Amino acid sequence: MEETYALRMEHVSKNYGDNAVLKDVSLSVKPGEIYALIGENGAGKSTLMNILFGMSVIRDTGGFDGKVIIDGVEARFNSPNDAMAAGIGMVHQEFMLIPGFTITENIKVGREDTIPTLASRIFGKSLEKLDNKKMNADARKALDSIGMDIDQHVRVAGLPVGYMQFVEIAREIDKENIKLLVFDEPTAVLTESEAKGLLSVMRSIAKRGIAIIFITHRLSEVMDVADRMTVLRDGEVVASKNIIDTDIPEIAELMVGRRIEKLVDENETHYTHSDEIALKIRDFQVDMPGETVNHIDLDIHKGEIFGIGGLAGQGKVGIPNGIMGMFPAYGEVEIFGEKLQFSKLGDALHKGVACVSEDRRGVGLLLDESIENNIIFNAMTIKREYLTGLGFAHLVNAKKVRAFAKEMIKTLDIRCTGPQQRVGSLSGGNQQKVCLASALALNPRLLIVSEPTRGIDIGAKKLILEHLVDLCRNHGLTIIMVSSELGELRSICDRIAIVAGGEISSILAPDAPDVEFGLAMSAARVSQEVS
Amino acid sequence: MSEKKSIWSKIGNTLIKNNVTVLFVLLCVGAFFASTYTLPSLFTELFTRLGRNTFLVLSLLIPVVAGLGLNFGIVIGAIAAQIAIFLVVHWGFTGFSGILMTVLICTPLAVLFGFLVGKLFNSMKGTEMIGGLVAGYFSDGLYQLLFLVILGGVIPINNSTLMISTGMGVKNVINLKDNLRYAIDEVSMLSIINVAFYAGILIGVILIVYRLIKKQDLQLKKLLTVLIPVIALYGISYVPAIRTFLSTPRLMLLNAVELGVIGVALFNIYKLIRLTAIEKKQGVPIKQLLYIAGAGAVYASTYISVIYQSLCAVHLPVLTFMLIGALCLFMPWLMNTKLGQDMRTVGQNRAVATSSGINVNRVRIIAMILSTVLASYGQLISLQNIGTVATYGSHQQVGLYAIAALLVGGASVQHATVKHALLGMVLFHTLFILSPNAGQQLLGNAQIGEYFRVFVAYGVIALALAMHAWSNRGPKKQRGTLVR
Repeated sequence: MEETYALRMEHVSKNYGDNAVLKDVSLSVKPGEIYALIGENGAGKSTLMNILFGMSVIRDTGGFDGKVIIDGVEARFNSPNDAMAAGIGMVHQEFMLIPGFTITENIKVGREDTIPTLASRIFGKSLEKLDNKKMNADARKALDSIGMDIDQHVRVAGLPVGYMQFVEIAREIDKENIKLLVFDEPTAVLTESEAKGLLSVMRSIAKRGIAIIFITHRLSEVMDVADRMTVLRDGEVVASKNIIDTDIPEIAELMVGRRIEKLVDENETHYTHSDEIALKIRDFQVDMPGETVNHIDLDIHKGEIFGIGGLAGQGKVGIPNGIMGMFPAYGEVEIFGEKLQFSKLGDALHKGVACVSEDRRGVGLLLDESIENNIIFNAMTIKREYLTGLGFAHLVNAKKVRAFAKEMIKTLDIRCTGPQQRVGSLSGGNQQKVCLASALALNPRLLIVSEPTRGIDIGAKKLILEHLVDLCRNHGLTIIMVSSELGELRSICDRIAIVAGGEISSILAPDAPDVEFGLAMSAARVSQEVS
Repeated sequence: MSEKKSIWSKIGNTLIKNNVTVLFVLLCVGAFFASTYTLPSLFTELFTRLGRNTFLVLSLLIPVVAGLGLNFGIVIGAIAAQIAIFLVVHWGFTGFSGILMTVLICTPLAVLFGFLVGKLFNSMKGTEMIGGLVAGYFSDGLYQLLFLVILGGVIPINNSTLMISTGMGVKNVINLKDNLRYAIDEVSMLSIINVAFYAGILIGVILIVYRLIKKQDLQLKKLLTVLIPVIALYGISYVPAIRTFLSTPRLMLLNAVELGVIGVALFNIYKLIRLTAIEKKQGVPIKQLLYIAGAGAVYASTYISVIYQSLCAVHLPVLTFMLIGALCLFMPWLMNTKLGQDMRTVGQNRAVATSSGINVNRVRIIAMILSTVLASYGQLISLQNIGTVATYGSHQQVGLYAIAALLVGGASVQHATVKHALLGMVLFHTLFILSPNAGQQLLGNAQIGEYFRVFVAYGVIALALAMHAWSNRGPKKQRGTLVR
């Protein structure tokens, strides 16, 4: 007899333009099974789930190849509503709850039980009265079944975060025909004990015959609850295994993978950095939504390239943003011994820190301005350079600007028609080079580059990285590079700090084994258990 | 000690939370003592204004619930009403049939306008309020074009009392004295009872016929238990003394209070008996006893001479206040339907609403249609009371003053209830009545009080919007700390 699967995805491929994000991915989930889906950011997990839920992004970008089979029947969902009707539910990482509503109202949102009234007979179904009694009873039942003894009349606003997660789950299992439940990083925002409770609830839901897809970065949790797992990397299935046949180090290694393409050929031995400290960070906190930094101590030496890596949402991007004053930051930061004042706008710039933002179109560039204006804009406003003083008025010294812009275009190989071309019309890689030029125009002592190679082609990537190395080795610039791409960090950095949960989980040498990087990225907790 | 402190801080918190309302209470009290108004004269004017404008303010509630904010677009509903009134006056309808005719014309107009505004708002989510304001100005322009040029200019209209003597354009005042004035206000209770009685009988008959056709259970017993007391009550209206009382066009507030007190007392005595004798519930039914005691206290207070005089001075337009009352009951009823719940969901979070299968755009359009239609009825009620239509002015300030009144009652951009509307109406209009007089007394110039109330209207709206912007910044910060 053939085994029945709640969900089978067969040979699923998906391209965004020329960029293949999923390549021939197949997986199958049995009823009552907890199936872990593991992979770094950009490995293709979200795209796979978007396909499963029939999100409009997929259709708008040309659909996908392959089959989605639910309970033996091929499904083509045109909207999330279709997927819901077919019995697929999602427990979101960012809560889809309405704070002003009670728990019952949240559980029943959009699926309220109603009683016909006189008005509804005349004017149609939407005027039917709400059946509060039945709704409360159903909500109670759903809450009881996941062992939550909170009153269903309570408003969601003000509930602890862990409770909200449970309300989400209760909403999904209250749906009568639920067959498959996707948990998208459900433990990311929970405390350890809350996470433990959640895992046991997942087990009890699975026991009722509901299939579960569990997306997470916390490998210890995978070992705890999952029956089987698939590791995705760069849109491909790297391995599918039974959990009993594997262990955390193996999964960590599979997740990170051996893909250190030597982007930069560095024959010389690594620069032995001086003892002078370029950046000293103590008890540093940044309140950046989605990238909160909790508590970080760091010493970065003069003349080194220091890498900061980690998964998205763990706080690595929060560090440069906090230093530059883009988001509220607390703690102590010293730049070459000078204390940084967070309350003073642009203080970091004045102290000789330049930053290439990860959001180059939003923060880094004035898209409608010319290349030369973009390059000198910061230097002009911060250092009052490239100006000709005329008493009270200052005019831009066009000649000086043009000369500097031409020089940068040459050294960084910015492909353009000339220094007056509009930056918005350049390609991503060339825009990034303009950002870098603008940071260099400040003549900084410390350069922070955040995601310098995001969305640019391999050639431009190589050039930018080479230039960074050159700046450091030959011009003595201290560089902090924040990047999601472990490969590029490992190819040029002297030391790499991995951030997880808003804290530094470990600082590693670039040639440390893959396993250690994998473990560091999936939170410090795990590495303690292993060692 | 600490408990006492917490009570005080609680009181302090509520006062700060309702700062606008508290400020207005203080202003009203102050203005009252500064002015030469007596309580009876204040009451007379206040109730006139309440009857005139409450319906309009209530029409604002639905869009707030559905997350569309304060609907500055009710001006467009008012325009629908004025177009309908012009046509009805031109065609020569009078009295209550004229009102019915106006309703017949302005309802489809308001539905259409509401639909269009809803469409507009759906394509500018998040900026509905400024959109409503501008849409109001825009439609005012179209309205002027219609009344100044098209009527008479393109469509020939032969009516020397309504049209400017050149024959093109409508005069800037439409007098309702001989046709629609007080057509709603002065419907006597007797006629209301008559109409309600026959309508009730008709519904009963239809129900029986319907059930016969569908071969359902007739439920005659249930019908009779309703019908018999109704017929008995109707019979009472034939007693001569009661008949003369019922036929007066308006109801003295004193009598209304008495009727209300009797009603509340009787209802609670009935409940009390039911609870103790039939359901045999344990314990003293405190709630009912309190209600009865309260009713007694209110009745006793009518013997205080100032209150007695005030209550005697006011003559309520019965049907107008019944309509307002019905709308007040309609709102909670609507919120307890599937449609109402959808509106609340959409208002709280559109993303969640969409992901749970609610058609957000449709719900928002329905909310706008309801609001526009109710606003047009509100404007009709208001104009029939005033008795003249300022053709090019009556609708212009409608949105502004209604919204200011609602905000004074403690409503905000995201949260508004019937209670807010009623309290706000009382406070806002009390100040409106008193401020010119108070200005005259304090500073020797009535104009200053006049300026003050305009300043207050705009000031309250600006304050509410600023506070809205503030509170919108709150949640973002919270999300950042969520990870900790």
